[in-house]
Amino acid sequence: MIHRLLTTIGEYFIFLRQAFSRPEKWRIFFKKLIDEMDAMGIGSMLIVSIVSIAMGSVITTQTAMQIESSWIPHWTVGFVSRTSIVMELCPTIISLLLVGNLGSRITAEIGSMRVTEQIDALEVMGINPAAHLVLPKVIASLIVNPVLIVFSIFFAILGGYLTVIITGCVSMYDFIDGLTYCFRVYDIIYAITKAFVFAFVMSTVSSFYGYRIDGGALELGKASTQGIVVSSFLILILNVLITQIML
Amino acid sequence: MIEIKNVSKYFGEKQVLFDINTCFEEGKVNLIIGRSGSGKTVMMKCLVGLYSPEEGKVLYNDRDFHHMSESDQRKLRAEMGMVFQGSALFDSMTIEENVMFPLDMFTEMSSEEKLERVNFCLHRVELPNVNKLYPAELSGGMKKRAAIARAIACNPRYLFCDEPNSGLDPKTSLTIDDLLIDITHEFGITTIVNTHDLNSVITIGETISFIYEGHLAWRGNSDNVLTSDNQQLNDFIFAQPLTQRIRQKL
Repeated sequence: MIHRLLTTIGEYFIFLRQAFSRPEKWRIFFKKLIDEMDAMGIGSMLIVSIVSIAMGSVITTQTAMQIESSWIPHWTVGFVSRTSIVMELCPTIISLLLVGNLGSRITAEIGSMRVTEQIDALEVMGINPAAHLVLPKVIASLIVNPVLIVFSIFFAILGGYLTVIITGCVSMYDFIDGLTYCFRVYDIIYAITKAFVFAFVMSTVSSFYGYRIDGGALELGKASTQGIVVSSFLILILNVLITQIML
Repeated sequence: MIEIKNVSKYFGEKQVLFDINTCFEEGKVNLIIGRSGSGKTVMMKCLVGLYSPEEGKVLYNDRDFHHMSESDQRKLRAEMGMVFQGSALFDSMTIEENVMFPLDMFTEMSSEEKLERVNFCLHRVELPNVNKLYPAELSGGMKKRAAIARAIACNPRYLFCDEPNSGLDPKTSLTIDDLLIDITHEFGITTIVNTHDLNSVITIGETISFIYEGHLAWRGNSDNVLTSDNQQLNDFIFAQPLTQRIRQKL
């Protein structure tokens, strides 16, 4: 068990070394990077915005319900909602959502290329398949995921705002007061740092599990599940670590 | 010339190739034949560097491929083209993009020159008017021909084909065989073909290496493959009723 774990970790770092090599041709690399950013960003926008609006709405409603007391000022609802959304919910929950959405796509794409010998074909041509296939995905994800998290924060706050307007649980002015109260740019930096680290984990772990497939369609399904489970687990562990380090 | 010297390959405890010695001659179609699971594909993957043999050497003009520097290996690989059993065309690219891919990666040709070369290669494998189609839209035989077009796009010195006739009807198999022998002689390529297709063995095998359970059991050519007294080879060649009848007439 421990031997297998250590072997896998070792293989992962060897894979990273292969993937982070100089691309064969920069023109082709940038073309692939743009394609990946397009597929990852545009493809995830709808699901991220829907989940974020729902998440913002729920957190605002629950916060308003929990602190319904005359001793606590009403702007607290906006303040607590904003803090939860910016610092925890959007970076972590949306990253986990992206693991399921983008991570499984990456594993399936690279895995099916392995199964159908397309990766072998690249290798025979003298191209480093890890650098050619994985590097654009990792870089695209490092660019796109933080942007998606910022969008997600915007949509979650919009969801909370709409909830306040529709339900009237607190006044709109109190909610906005709370949103702007004690606002620190550091909170956004903290959220983006998390998004950046989680994007790296998601893209490299998913690629790794796709790249090392040895077998057929059954293995592809297994690898996809493993990629999601391991990425999610690592994201949760790193979430704890980053929180301890940065706060 | 490509030589294999004392090559043995293991997967864990299991030995798949046993001390293989053979050579593949320049400008000829060299066949590796044998039953399914005999080690042909493993041998070919050792030749192109996808597997490293635990023992022995793979020599390209006396230079050991597995002990070259990475940059030398890359240079040598630029001289190789390979047609995989399942074609291995990039399914996210059109046929034109597939054939153009090695040109994009390894040449400094202009777009017009690349397109001209792509059209020449597709025309050479008798696949006109498929430029904008995706691999999924082609039949098995067309995919194989597209894979050959991609493999010859950069004028390779060595062409490797892993079971190019598998899954094809006899007529399409003949077309592929004709194409391989024509291309080999036309461009002076050293072609190595893994096959268990008997028609290929008889018609295009300028040298033949017969692998039996991981051992090189026989070496010869299409002229003497039917008259050999090697029992294992005869069991392989004359396994079908049709070939048994041919044998009776020989």
